[in-house]
Amino acid sequence: MDLAADFFSLFGLPRTFRLSLSELDSRYRDVQAQVHPDRFANATEAERRLSMQWATRANEAYLTLKKPLERARYLLELAGHDLQAESNTAMPADFLMEQMEWREAVMEARAGGDHHELEHLYQRLRSDIAGRHDEIAALLDDAQDYALATDRVRRLMFLEKLLYEIDDALASLDD
Amino acid sequence: MSYSVKVIDHYENPRNVGSLDKDDSNVGTGMVGAPACGDVMKLQIKVNKAGVIEDAKFKTYGCGSAIASSSLVTEWVKGKTVDQALEIKNTEIAEELALPPVKIHCSILAEDAIKAAVADYKKKHGE
Repeated sequence: MDLAADFFSLFGLPRTFRLSLSELDSRYRDVQAQVHPDRFANATEAERRLSMQWATRANEAYLTLKKPLERARYLLELAGHDLQAESNTAMPADFLMEQMEWREAVMEARAGGDHHELEHLYQRLRSDIAGRHDEIAALLDDAQDYALATDRVRRLMFLEKLLYEIDDALASLDD
Repeated sequence: MSYSVKVIDHYENPRNVGSLDKDDSNVGTGMVGAPACGDVMKLQIKVNKAGVIEDAKFKTYGCGSAIASSSLVTEWVKGKTVDQALEIKNTEIAEELALPPVKIHCSILAEDAIKAAVADYKKKHGE
């Protein structure tokens, strides 16, 4: 095993956005079993340290590849495309307008305690995000159009945040 | 993470929340967003015949620091010419609000919103 290998190679998986989660789970369990501290109880200090590094690396890899947004960001990083997620604030005006409207709707529903509306927004957003995942899969795996994929992933980041906010609003109403 | 007193003040009593008529030729509208935090900011300026910003409004969906940053810059730009408004730096905003390093991008968002609003105004006036 090579500590410098990328997360896909670490689990012996192809470097693609489309990924079988059950396969990822089983590869992760394999690696975890190999580096489990119990197996190193009688090992040397250096071997124990190395197994710890492996366990940490495998954890990080698993968490990155498991979530579609993180996986897409990682693929772009491997391809040398910088998202400029913090420094570049320019987004198409119609996209930002739509984001404002979404957020307004969520705020209103939250303020009005409208559980039903929040659920509705949540479902709508979920299907919107699923469609975007398909588009990103086609751009990264089929077309290898990293420039356009970068734009789409930047957009996805806004939607993931929104999903989190609706979730948070629903949780606050349940309290 | 704790917010500074100034951030809390601007967050709890945001100045200049609202909208101006985006189709008014004297109004410049800037819209920006930061993917890192999913914050969206709209900032508008109204410029008089002398080229001085006489009103500013904002609408921000984001964290306390993003709201405070946009609230603060709407106060700062009033009375400035459009070119003076372009000189506002995110570091000044971050310093005034004592933003921690992880919130610096909120001040970048506010600086970029002003720049976008001025650019929109100038475009309307053929500059």
